[in-house]
Amino acid sequence: MIHDNTAPFDILLVEDEPADAHLVRSALQEGRIYCKLHHVVDGIDALAFLRHQGEQYQSVPRPDMILLDLNMPRMNGGEFLAVVKADEALKAIPVVVLTTSDVERDIIASYHLGAAGYITKPVDMEQFIDAIRQVGDYWFVLTRLPRKD
Amino acid sequence: MRSRSDPFQILLVEDESADVHLVRQALKEGEVDCSLQHVVDGFEALEFLRRQVESERSPGLPDLILLDLNMPRMNGREFLAAVKADVRFVAIPVVVLSTSAVERDISQAFQLGAAGYITKPADMNEFFSSIHQLCRYWFALARLPKGD
Repeated sequence: MIHDNTAPFDILLVEDEPADAHLVRSALQEGRIYCKLHHVVDGIDALAFLRHQGEQYQSVPRPDMILLDLNMPRMNGGEFLAVVKADEALKAIPVVVLTTSDVERDIIASYHLGAAGYITKPVDMEQFIDAIRQVGDYWFVLTRLPRKD
Repeated sequence: MRSRSDPFQILLVEDESADVHLVRQALKEGEVDCSLQHVVDGFEALEFLRRQVESERSPGLPDLILLDLNMPRMNGREFLAAVKADVRFVAIPVVVLSTSAVERDISQAFQLGAAGYITKPADMNEFFSSIHQLCRYWFALARLPKGD
């Protein structure tokens, strides 16, 4: 299954914890996935990124997939997910939740809001890297994603 | 009511019996702890889901739906739209499994809320490995609602 997209896949990581953002970046580098990681720290910044609001987001690409933390200041993951899935121009982008929470209520709420996966961050670093690699395999190797314009 | 120790349940919506057979074989070979329910079109699939919520003795809603696109009576797009518009079913991940690699089908499926889009590989081994990878993502890596 070879994708004919010539540009790398773009991932938008919405994560306020720098250590976790670093781990995701390392995992993607170690894996064999051809992608570019864009990182913002909360739901407000993520929406600005997606809607090209603000000077730094004028020429950013539309991400192929969003990796979303749940607990963040200003606008949390659940609120962000609800806004994205209610927006006709954004709702087709798959959003995968990546969180430390394994509370059943958070899992159910995320799927209700339209999450395309819910992954609890493994504490062990190697497992964390392996989880990110599997996410990449599923979305960028197995799944066909809409082509970018 | 089920607990998470029960096997995962997949609902396969597929009118092509050869493909149903392949999915069944792939699950068997992969030793995936799951049970497969099969219906032949979107109309039957909706009936199936309604029965699961209405009958107390039913095993409950599936953990995952595998959906073909081109089917008689009610096709995959219509079914996907109906599932994602129904609060009882909206949380179930629906992954499209289709022969179509047409861009319009792909973007439409994601617009309607698909949680993945897999084009059926012609090669049998590749088909099996796709199903195994799909199960690893949804049943080993991802957390799903407990179903109760």
